[in-house]
Amino acid sequence: MITDTRTDQEIVADLSGAFAGTDAEAVELLAHLAERADHDGLLDVAYRTVDSPVGSLLLAVSPAGLVRVAFEREIFDTVLADLATAISPRILRTGRRTDDVARQLDEYFAGRRRRFDVVVDLQLVHGFRRSVIAHLQEIPYGATESYAAVAIAAGSPAAVRAVGTACAHNPVPLVVPCHRVIRSDGTIGRYLGGAEAKAALLALESDAD
Amino acid sequence: MEPFEAIVDEHGVVVMRVCRALLGPDDAQDAWSETFLAALRAYPDLRPDSNVRGWLVTIAHRKAVDQIRKMARAPRSSNELPELGTQDDRAEPDRELRAALDALPTKQRGAVIYRYLADLPYSEVGVLLDSSEVAARRSAADGIATLRKTYRKGTE
Repeated sequence: MITDTRTDQEIVADLSGAFAGTDAEAVELLAHLAERADHDGLLDVAYRTVDSPVGSLLLAVSPAGLVRVAFEREIFDTVLADLATAISPRILRTGRRTDDVARQLDEYFAGRRRRFDVVVDLQLVHGFRRSVIAHLQEIPYGATESYAAVAIAAGSPAAVRAVGTACAHNPVPLVVPCHRVIRSDGTIGRYLGGAEAKAALLALESDAD
Repeated sequence: MEPFEAIVDEHGVVVMRVCRALLGPDDAQDAWSETFLAALRAYPDLRPDSNVRGWLVTIAHRKAVDQIRKMARAPRSSNELPELGTQDDRAEPDRELRAALDALPTKQRGAVIYRYLADLPYSEVGVLLDSSEVAARRSAADGIATLRKTYRKGTE
């Protein structure tokens, strides 16, 4: 009979490494938590990230609808921290509520979707910016409009720069198509996701029949 | 305030280990879920300078106590007890350590778990156990001393 008594340090070391669960269990528990949180009305923001031709995207959905689409260059941790402040810190990563918009974006990038059938929550936009965003939703797939034309449509013809600012702060790019707003001289102008992404989106939309 | 997701990422593992140590693998999952659901509910009101790990372990402690009470009121019939040597072996490589922990007096067991698994300071361990800091420190030391006798490796 071999009996090797442990030292205190070994017992403490064993304790601090003991009872670890598996990664699979952690994933399952997190999914279950999101489900119960949603059921109990505690999931104020559900989010997920998806890959796309214009880089990773973060999709965030509130109970009222799609509240944020963010490009990777905006830094997702910063975006989530801002959502925690502006909406609620009750934020969980989950496919619940976010799967539908993810699927529609996939179809859009594959050239199979021209309109998004998504309820948008514009709680992050106020005032003039909101009327700009509302107008942007009316610019059809494949079309473009100048910043000046959007300013007129939004009811403030002199507010061309403010339209640019509103587009730059569009909380739900792609779904609300601020990429369809370009300069009067025909150059594409700036874009939250980068000028290259904007050019790629306009090319995608002009290629499709 | 950090998104709650970050709180789960950072502390989920520790809370799981505490739940497993307190309850065993099956009931631990329920306790973990109940803990984080309650935490999610209260999170927006958490004071910004709070020790989040201590806060979560406190909730887990209460949930575990609730669960143990519930189990005591409705004991499982003998044929519902988990069968030894089946699923549990895979789910829990720390069976011997658990057996030794389970045999400790309640305060010693709590002190050992909250000090060494949850890494809480003795002041907080004391609060959880309704003890002073000094008493919590003594309970943890007594617990380790007992484990030294009861938890052996290479027993043949």
